[in-house]
Amino acid sequence: MVPGAPPPATVIADMWRGIGRENPVLVQFLGMCPTMAVTNTLANGIAMGAATTFVLVGSGLFVSLFRKYIAHEVRITSYILIIATFVTLADMILAATFPAISKALGPFMPLIVANCLLLGRAEAFAAKVAVHRAVADGLGMGLGFTLSLSLLSALRETLGHGSLLGHPLFGPRFEPWVFMVMPPGGFFALGVALLALAWIVELRRRRVRAVA
Amino acid sequence: MTVVHQHQHGAPVAVTPGKATPTWRLLVTLAVAGGLSGWLVVTVYQITRPAVERYAAQRVAGAVREVLERPARWDTLYLVNGALVSKAPAGPNAQELPIAYVGYDATGKRIGAAVTAAEPGFQELLTLMIGFDPESGALLGFKVLDEKETPGLGDKIETDSSFRTQFADRLPPLTGVKGHPGGNRNEVQTITGATISSRAVIRIVNHAVAKWRPLLQAYHAGGAP
Repeated sequence: MVPGAPPPATVIADMWRGIGRENPVLVQFLGMCPTMAVTNTLANGIAMGAATTFVLVGSGLFVSLFRKYIAHEVRITSYILIIATFVTLADMILAATFPAISKALGPFMPLIVANCLLLGRAEAFAAKVAVHRAVADGLGMGLGFTLSLSLLSALRETLGHGSLLGHPLFGPRFEPWVFMVMPPGGFFALGVALLALAWIVELRRRRVRAVA
Repeated sequence: MTVVHQHQHGAPVAVTPGKATPTWRLLVTLAVAGGLSGWLVVTVYQITRPAVERYAAQRVAGAVREVLERPARWDTLYLVNGALVSKAPAGPNAQELPIAYVGYDATGKRIGAAVTAAEPGFQELLTLMIGFDPESGALLGFKVLDEKETPGLGDKIETDSSFRTQFADRLPPLTGVKGHPGGNRNEVQTITGATISSRAVIRIVNHAVAKWRPLLQAYHAGGAP
């Protein structure tokens, strides 16, 4: 076994980890830059989540596939190269399919390279496990990231634009709370989400204690 | 997930100097990875390029329609050797020639010309399409084609319609002013919090009109409609 390898687990467990217990945004606090920057509308949040998932799965696959051939000394260089390749692919595919979203995400698409979630999963997980586990982990982390971003961006778009996926929700008399789609609104939305999460976790803990 | 290296008996792992990977292997690893990555990028680029170019053409057509205020039709002129011609010369570089679009209304009267220009904005190149009347030199308007300005601040040059609309009928060279404009035709009000981006727009508009106005005048004086 590779030193520092994660303990054996089923593919389903590998996948669930990223969605729940080790959620990249709400638990690990990784990838805060896109979390703040592009969650002003739900479409942007979903697109950023989907692109990051694509890069996580693709880079996880390749890092795991070549893990025995990548020498220790050049591993970080190789991982970054693999990640950058998939980011470039995601950027080009998005530009060819959803040009408006691609334009809205602008510089934040290429910046996925710098998302520590990617290098973190490559180094801590994909480089040490078989291909199927690396892909499951990438998919789980990607879905967890997408769900968190969707949650935040739905909250921000609803309050800040009064719409969801561009469809008006409240009619013409609604005064949008513009603060929510501005950068400080991102911090506020994340704070509210973390508060809600902590509250749920605490409630659960109490219930478990009460039963026991 | 945190990965803790669990060293046996708590002893730190020593890097054995004799076990280092030979340099040629490192080079081969990186060369193969680089080659593979390059091949993937080029392949996907070639697949996605037609769609990307189609969208870009649609965007340019939309921008021409907007800055020339819905012309009935427009001609495309190419800048070749310092003069405008209505037909692009054959050759591989024809796609990169500077272009001016001359718009006409339904009666065939010339509305004005639209040109694109790019210069550094606050962080990266700022690309605008600028509509103006080559005869009087007055502006019709501008549209942002591409920007990477600060979201929420610099990108107001695109989203703040009160900034954009004030360019109509102004007479370059323009100067940016803060506070209330004095009603001069060569003044526009800069956006608070986006002074550098506003100034960049003004600079690009000034340069573009200065460059293209004589070219278009020479073209129209040469008997072209």
